[in-house]
Amino acid sequence: MQVELKGITKRFGPVVANRDVTLSVKGGEVLGLLGENGAGKSTLMNVLCGLYAQDEGEIIIDGDPVSFGGPGAAIAAGIGMVHQHFMLVPVFTVAENVVLGVEPTGRLDRLDLASARAKVTEIGEKYGLHVDPDEVIENLPVGVQQRVEIIKVLFRSADLVILDEPTAVLTPQEVEEFFGIVRSLRDAGKAIIFITHKLGEITEIADRISVLRAGEIVGEADPKTARLEDLAQMMVGRPVSFDVDKPPLEAGAPILAVQDLVVLREDDAVAVDRVSLTVRSGEIVGLAGVQGNGQTELIEALTGLRMPAAGTITYQGADITRATVRVRHRMGIAHIPEDRQRSGMIGAFTVAENMVLDTYYDDRFSRGPQIIWPKVHEQAAISATEFDVRTPSVFLRAGHLSGGNQQKLVVARELSRETKLVIAAQPTRGLDVGSVEYIHRRLVEARQEGDGVLIMSSELDEILALSDRILVMFKGRIVAEFDATAAAFDKSAIGLAMAGGAGAEVAA
Amino acid sequence: MTTQGTLDAASRALLKRAAPGRAAFEDLVVVPVFAVIVALVLGALTMLATDVDLPTIGRSYVALLVGAVGSLNAISETLTAAIPLVLAGLGLALGFRAGLFNIGAEGQLLMGGIAAVIVGFSLPGLPFALLMPLCLLAGALVGALYASIAGWLRAATGAHEVISTIMLNLISYRLLDYILRLPTVQLSGRADPISKPVPLNAALPRLLDWIDPNLRLHAGVFLMLAAVAVVYWLLFRTKLGFEFRASGENPDAARYAGIRAGWVIVLAMAIAGALAGLAGASQVLGVLGRATPGFSAGIGFDAIAVALLGRSHPVGVLLAGLLFGALEAGGRQMQVDAGVSIDLIGIIQALIIVFIAAPLLVRAIFPWGFRRHGSEENRP
Repeated sequence: MQVELKGITKRFGPVVANRDVTLSVKGGEVLGLLGENGAGKSTLMNVLCGLYAQDEGEIIIDGDPVSFGGPGAAIAAGIGMVHQHFMLVPVFTVAENVVLGVEPTGRLDRLDLASARAKVTEIGEKYGLHVDPDEVIENLPVGVQQRVEIIKVLFRSADLVILDEPTAVLTPQEVEEFFGIVRSLRDAGKAIIFITHKLGEITEIADRISVLRAGEIVGEADPKTARLEDLAQMMVGRPVSFDVDKPPLEAGAPILAVQDLVVLREDDAVAVDRVSLTVRSGEIVGLAGVQGNGQTELIEALTGLRMPAAGTITYQGADITRATVRVRHRMGIAHIPEDRQRSGMIGAFTVAENMVLDTYYDDRFSRGPQIIWPKVHEQAAISATEFDVRTPSVFLRAGHLSGGNQQKLVVARELSRETKLVIAAQPTRGLDVGSVEYIHRRLVEARQEGDGVLIMSSELDEILALSDRILVMFKGRIVAEFDATAAAFDKSAIGLAMAGGAGAEVAA
Repeated sequence: MTTQGTLDAASRALLKRAAPGRAAFEDLVVVPVFAVIVALVLGALTMLATDVDLPTIGRSYVALLVGAVGSLNAISETLTAAIPLVLAGLGLALGFRAGLFNIGAEGQLLMGGIAAVIVGFSLPGLPFALLMPLCLLAGALVGALYASIAGWLRAATGAHEVISTIMLNLISYRLLDYILRLPTVQLSGRADPISKPVPLNAALPRLLDWIDPNLRLHAGVFLMLAAVAVVYWLLFRTKLGFEFRASGENPDAARYAGIRAGWVIVLAMAIAGALAGLAGASQVLGVLGRATPGFSAGIGFDAIAVALLGRSHPVGVLLAGLLFGALEAGGRQMQVDAGVSIDLIGIIQALIIVFIAAPLLVRAIFPWGFRRHGSEENRP
């Protein structure tokens, strides 16, 4: 199978999402599509999947121009996409999910699950995608759920498999395994488009690389010879530094001390199991772990959003175990939430309103019951300039900003007040390289000013780049601790600990 | 970490306000105006379908206009009808802003109204300057308390306010019937449930009876205007309003910012109830002079439409309330002049709401009224 996109242009009103994009991929090859968030990768793939109709250009499959009226036509033509966010029904089994929408039926429309199961097993054996067809999705780890998504696509006889940021949710070990699957698909003659903004991955797995920036193809590269710096520059449009410039550690007194903390989830399952940790002044502590191992609940307990079931949290010598969110804010704890869209900001509010979302009550911004809006607007303008939030005006709705600028807005709000402890959850998730660089620099600056910084991230590279000390969480416990004083972190050991593997030095 | 900043040229540039966008204009003005037009057209078609001839339809719409704004009496009637609609609508709008869909204005209005009546006839010795405000206060307070029940249920147990306020409405009807038959409340010598009248020194004074004793416009109109200003101030100028709006737009983000959700829910319901209670009080003190079963006459439900039509903005609620007041006053005239049932007004009101709730439908009917679509809103 050979798929070509020729001169594809896609506009949304006045905004051009893709301009004259031309690329091709053929069976037995992995095309790496590299680009920042907002570069137009997803739009382009949605055109290819029949979700959007292009304004100009054509899609050519095996020499014949095709036009898809909708996703169904694209699937019929052999194009399948594995979305970044899985589209699985959690309470259905693997086999049920795989056949959903194209159920094999027997007489009187009876669902023929037996043949579905057989097909799932067959596909699994053929491509090394081993999954139990009768397992319920919600019981499966994320890496396995992803395999189910791929099986789904193959079940619909896709010859072109599009993988949208497939490694975002995986541990380093799972990534290795996943690459094995991608290679076996390629060797079986499938065409693959691998979308990512991670440079290390694309050079490892792709046979060819196309770089997309601001909706246009800005260059192609050979993964065997390309230098990461050059790829990054192509992607961002300017030279990028990968290293976080970080002066040596000068840790001071403990700012945050957590003792035997137990946190329960809504269903009373133990999410955080007797965790103890310390964050000192002037130190960045990284909290590594695969998503869903209790990091979120731990951070909710630290910030006052979830009351712990047992244990104590001490902040600058004061017991804050049961303090409210507001009290902790006022004591100088900054919180950059995990999900900026859901909980970090309010899209319908202006940039200025978002800048004071948790400080509006402060004497700087209010008198009696009233908010003094001119003061708010002024401070918002100052913070926006200082934190490089690119917006035409502080009166713009925050929802209209790009993801990177939204996150910088959240960071600006949290760091532009008196803080002693910064808790940052996934501070750069889904951001472009430039914004990541900027936010990292800000976090290091907070450290230099003597704040304690606790960073939770599922991106191990981020943890590695920033942390002075790394704690690994697995199944609610801190299973390993790594110290930066030993020249460099041992990535594979950390990865192993994240997967709950043996050999992890269990922290006291 | 601390950051001191100064207002340099770069940041000063960010303080420029963009001119009100085309999108906002379409949303706030074009859609409601077209919705009203479509509703009137469909109202005419409804009349056609029920064998009303064209000249009568023409006459009825002329009567609608004349009855709404065609004379001093018409304007007085329009304003009088608008007062409780705007008051209750403001409360509902405030609730919507805080993310609460309060269906209970009807019940809160009844409870507030009866409280105002009871205070009024119980303390007839007090001077006007004391008794009238006291009656209004009683109405607001009891409305607030009644609404807080639903707020408290939501905050404490998660019971959805739509369900609980509907139930509280049903309770309020029967509770009112019961209260009206209490010997201390029921007008002596009457067998039917009707309250003692509000004494003159508790009533909201008529404003225009020096011109014509039939003009019913009363001082509640000032209450209405003051409430618009106060609700505007509360929503957009105060910390509490900020908390309301933040909780309504994104409860998660509000919680993360340290805003206490339960507090916001109870308080927003209470203020909404107070406004509905005031609506009830102004109705009994200014128009009806006494309480009878179901004296709210559906105002609490019409107010939901007013709040929606007004886009939950105090000024919008005022305009929508005036429109609905005009429809009501004009509708009566329509019935008299053209013999068309006043129920048609209900149909037109309902159609307006349908079209407000479905802006895409309005856009489809009037494509030339709107900028070409598919810009930012549709981006992935």
